[in-house]
Amino acid sequence: MGCAREDARIALGNLKPADPTLGGVMTGFDIQRAPSIAQEAIVNVSREAVIHGIQMYVEVIAENKEYLTRLDSAIGDADHGINMDRGFQSVLGKLPSVADKDIGSIFKAVGMALVSSVGGASGPLYGTFFIKLGTSTAGKLELTQQDWASALEAGVNGVILLGKASLGDKTMVDSLVPGLEALKVALADGAGYGEALRRSADAAKRGMESTIPLIARKGRASYLGERSAGHQDPGATSSYLLLDTLANAWT
Amino acid sequence: MKKLINRPENVVSEALHGIELAHPDLVRVYFEPNYIVRADAPIQGKVGVISGGGSGHEPMHGGFVGYGMLDAACPGAVFTSPTPDQILEATKAVDGNAGVLHIVKNYTGDVLNFEMAADLAKSEGIPVEAVVTNDDVAVQDSLYTSGRRGVGVTVLLEKIVGGAAEQKRPLQALAELGRKVNANGRSMGMALTSCTVPQAGKPTFDLPDDEMEIGIGIHGEPGRTRRKLLPVAEITEMLAVSILDDLPFIRGDRVLAFVNSMGGTPLIELYLVYNELAKICTGRGVQIIRNLIGPYITSLEMAGCSITLLKLDDEMIRLWDAPVRTPGLRWGI
Repeated sequence: MGCAREDARIALGNLKPADPTLGGVMTGFDIQRAPSIAQEAIVNVSREAVIHGIQMYVEVIAENKEYLTRLDSAIGDADHGINMDRGFQSVLGKLPSVADKDIGSIFKAVGMALVSSVGGASGPLYGTFFIKLGTSTAGKLELTQQDWASALEAGVNGVILLGKASLGDKTMVDSLVPGLEALKVALADGAGYGEALRRSADAAKRGMESTIPLIARKGRASYLGERSAGHQDPGATSSYLLLDTLANAWT
Repeated sequence: MKKLINRPENVVSEALHGIELAHPDLVRVYFEPNYIVRADAPIQGKVGVISGGGSGHEPMHGGFVGYGMLDAACPGAVFTSPTPDQILEATKAVDGNAGVLHIVKNYTGDVLNFEMAADLAKSEGIPVEAVVTNDDVAVQDSLYTSGRRGVGVTVLLEKIVGGAAEQKRPLQALAELGRKVNANGRSMGMALTSCTVPQAGKPTFDLPDDEMEIGIGIHGEPGRTRRKLLPVAEITEMLAVSILDDLPFIRGDRVLAFVNSMGGTPLIELYLVYNELAKICTGRGVQIIRNLIGPYITSLEMAGCSITLLKLDDEMIRLWDAPVRTPGLRWGI
C-alpha cells in the first residue's frame, strides 16, 4: 500500500507539488483506494484547454440563448439567455488579455467580466463562481483531477454562500451540487479524468431535470409558488451546460 | 414585435441619450458604466440618494433624478438589475462627504449587485446604507420565497426620502425614514396583457383575450392566479382588499393612494380604478389625503395597473408635499 501511495504521488508529482493533504480535506478523496487507475488515467487539463472550454461555453450559451430565455419566461422574467450571452460575449473579449496568465487569473478575469456585464442575480452568482474557481487555481498552469474537484467545490460553495440557496430550491445549485458530488465520488472510485468529468456532467443533467417538479424557493421563480412546478429551472440548465461543455472540451 | 426601436440591443443606451438631450438642466448621463446623476451633483454635506434597477420601468428610476428626489439612478438592461461597477461609479459621483443611501427593490439580483457595490464603496471610504423595499402583498413573505417584491412604494419612498435628504438630514436618519415608509406601504398589481422584452422579441407570457393575471410583477413575471376578466369594480376590490387587510389599514388611517399604469393602460382607466378605490377606502373609514395617478413604475407596454397605499404621518405628508423637480415628477418648484 505504501508503495502504491508513493507511485501515485510520483504520478501526481509531475502535475503539482507533492502535498500531504492532497485528496484529504477538500473532497474526502483517498488516493490509496485506487492507485493504479489514478496513475494511468490522469491527463491534466492545460491552460489552453481551460481557455478552449470557456470559448466552447461562449458558443453553447449563444446557441442556447433563446432556449434559456424561453425557460425563464415560464417562471421568471425572460432574460436569462440574453443576460448570459451578453456576459459571455464580454468574457470572449477579455480572454486574449489573460491567455498567457495562470489558470487562476483566467478564471478570475472571467468572473470579473461576468459581474460587470450580466446584471441580475446571474451576474453576481456566476461571477462569484468563476472568481472562486480562480482563487482555488491561483498560480496553476494545469489542473489535475484533484485541482478541478477543489476548484469546483470552492465555486459551488461560493454560489451557495452568496445566493443562500439549498439543494431543492430550484436554482443552479440543483445541478452544481450533484455535479460536484459525482466528481468527488468518481475521484474516490479512481475513475479517469474523462470519465469523472462525464459522470459529473451527467449528474448535473439529472439535477437539472430534477428541478422540473420542484416549487421554487429562491429567485424570481419563488414568487410563483406552486405555479413554478412543472418547469425546468433556467439557472440549473445553464449550470448543467457549463459542466457538460467543460467535460466535452477537456476529454 | 412592434416597437419604436432601431436595434433591440441598443434600446437602453439610445434611451439614455434621449434623456440626456431632453433634460440637460436636470441631469447628466454617463455611459459604460451607465448612470444618470443630478446636474449639480455632488452636493457637499448632503447624503447622496441612489436607486437603480432594470430598465423598462420608466420613469422609474432615471426620471426621478433631480432636486428633491434622487441624486443618481443606475439603469440596467431591460428588466435586469444594474451591475456593481455602475452602482459604485454612481455612488462616487454623488458622494458629498455625507454618505450615500441605496434604495433597492427586493429582488435577488438587485440586492446582490447593490451589496457588492456597497462593499466596494465602503472599501473606498464612502459610508453606505441600504433601504430595501418589499411592499408587494401578492407574494407571501416566508422562508420559502425570496421575500416580497419591491414595487410601487419605491416611487413614494424615493420622493419622501429625497425630500428629507434635501434638508441635509444625516445618512442614518434617512435610512430609518426609508424603512418607516416601506413598513407603512403595501401594493398589488394586475395585468391585462403581457409585455415584450425587446431582446426577447416575443411576449413574456400568453394571456388569452378574456383573462387577466392577478398579482403580476413589474418584470412580466406571471402572478399568482389567472382568472376570467372582471369589471373594474371587482378587480379594484380584489387588489384593494388584499392591500388593506395586509398592513392592515384601519379606520382613521390617513393614506396616500397611488394608482399606477403598467405602461399600456390609459389614464382614463386609472381614474376608473381610483373611483372604485376611493369608494372602498371611504367604506372602511380610511381617508385618502394624497394621491398619485399615472404611469410611474411601468412594465414596458404591459396593460394593467397596480395600487399602492401608504399610511402617512405628519412628517411623511410634509416631505411628500416638499418641492421636487425631476423629469418624471415635478411640483412646488
